[in-house]
Amino acid sequence: MLLSETYRKIAIDGIWNNNIVFGQNLALCPLLAVTGTATNGLGMGIATLVVITASNGLISLTRHLIPGEIRIPIFVLLIATLVTLVDILMNAWAHELYKVLGLFIALIVTNCALLGRAEAFASKQPVKDALWDGLMMGLGFTLVLVALGGLREISSAGTLFANASLLLGESFKFLEVTVIPNYKGFLLMALPPGGFIMLAFLIVGKRLIDQKLALRKVPVALFHEATIE
Amino acid sequence: MKLDPATRQRLQDKIAVYREFIKNWLEPANLARLRPRLEFQTGILAGFALLASILLGVTNCSTQGTIQQRLDEDLNKSLQEVVPASLYDNDLRQDTLTISSADYNIGADKTTVYLAKKAGKVTAVCFKFSAPDGYSGPINMIMGLDRDGNILGVRVLGHKETPGLGDKIEVAKSDWILSFVGHSLDNLTSSQWAVKKDGGIFDQFAGATITPRKSVQATYRGLQWFKAHQAQLINP
Repeated sequence: MLLSETYRKIAIDGIWNNNIVFGQNLALCPLLAVTGTATNGLGMGIATLVVITASNGLISLTRHLIPGEIRIPIFVLLIATLVTLVDILMNAWAHELYKVLGLFIALIVTNCALLGRAEAFASKQPVKDALWDGLMMGLGFTLVLVALGGLREISSAGTLFANASLLLGESFKFLEVTVIPNYKGFLLMALPPGGFIMLAFLIVGKRLIDQKLALRKVPVALFHEATIE
Repeated sequence: MKLDPATRQRLQDKIAVYREFIKNWLEPANLARLRPRLEFQTGILAGFALLASILLGVTNCSTQGTIQQRLDEDLNKSLQEVVPASLYDNDLRQDTLTISSADYNIGADKTTVYLAKKAGKVTAVCFKFSAPDGYSGPINMIMGLDRDGNILGVRVLGHKETPGLGDKIEVAKSDWILSFVGHSLDNLTSSQWAVKKDGGIFDQFAGATITPRKSVQATYRGLQWFKAHQAQLINP
C-alpha cells in the first residue's frame, strides 16, 4: 500500500466522496463563472489548488493559537492575505500567466470552500494531514472544473482546450483539439444557464455511479433476502 | 565584532531562557488555558492583522517596481504592434500629448497620444481608446494611425466579452482585428464603418454581433476624434 489508511481516505474524500462541488455543493459561483472552456477551468483549478493547500497548512500550523470565538475573522484574514500575496507575486514574476489567470485569482477569495476546509478540517488536524487534504480537495475541484469546462466547450464551440498554449506554454499546443469540425456553435452552453444545465448532468452522473457502487457492495446473502421478501 | 567569552556565555544563557519560555508558552496545554481569555483573543487578532499587514506591505513595496516595469513592457509591446518600429526613432512613451476627448465617447475624458517621430517630424500617432458599451463591460483598445489618418493597426488591450464568442476580437484568437488596417475616414463612408449586418464592411462573429459592432463603432469614433485634432497632433 502506497499510502496509509488515513491518507487514502482523505484522498478519496477530496477527489470523490466529499468533493467540493459534488459532495459539499460549495464554490458554485467561481465554478459556473469560469468554466466556459476547459482551459479556463484548468487555470482556476490550479490557482485554487495552490491557495487552498497554503491556507490549510497555515491554519493547521496556527490552530492552537486561534480561539474558537474569533476563528472566522482570522481564517478570512489569512485566506484574503494569501490570495492577495499570490495575486501580487504572480503579477510581478509570472506576468504572462497573470494576464490569463489574473481575473480568477481575485475570485478565489469568494470561494467558500476554502473557509469550509479551514473550519471543518485544517483547524482540527496536524499540518501534514491538512496540507494533504488541501491538495486533494484542490485536485478534486480542478477535475470538476476541467470536466465541466470541457463538456461546455465541446457542446458550445466544438473544441477542447482551445488556447491552452496561452496558459501552459507553447509545448502544450497538442492539447488543443477540434472535436467537432465545422460545428455551428451552441451559444446557450457558453452562457451561465449552460453551466447550470451541464453541472446538473454531471451531478446526476456522479449519483448514478455511486448507486451502482453501493449495489455492488451489498452482501450477497442480504441481497437475496431482500429480493425474496 | 568580537565578544569576550563571558559576554557570549551570558547572551547564550539569555537566549536559552527566552527559547524555553516561548517553547513552554506555545505548548498546546498552555494555549488551551489562554484561549478563552479576552486579552489573549484581542492580542491574537491584532497579531494576525499586524502580520498580514506587514507581509502585504513588504510584498507590495518590493514588487511595485517590477510590476510597473511589466506594465511598461506591456504598453511597449502594444505600441510596437500598432506602430511599426521603422516609422520612428524617438521614445514613444516619453513623447506624448494629452487632449480632451470627452465629446467622442471613447472611454476617457482625456486621451494621451503617443507621437512617433522620425527626424523630429511626426510620422504616426498612437492612442488608447475604449468602447464603453461592450457586451459585458468596456472593451479597451489601442490604435495606431499614420499622419494622414490611415489605420496602421488596432489591438484589444483588455475586455470581458464572452469567452469563445466575443473574444475573437483578440489577435491571439482570430485575425478579425487586422481587417481595420489601411482603412480611414477618407476611404470608407460612414455607413461602411459598421459590421456587415448593419450594412458595413466588417465581419461579425457567429453568435456574437454586439462585440464586433461596438468595437467598430468605437474605432470610428476614435478616428473622428483624431481628425478633429489632426492639425494639432501632426504638427505639435
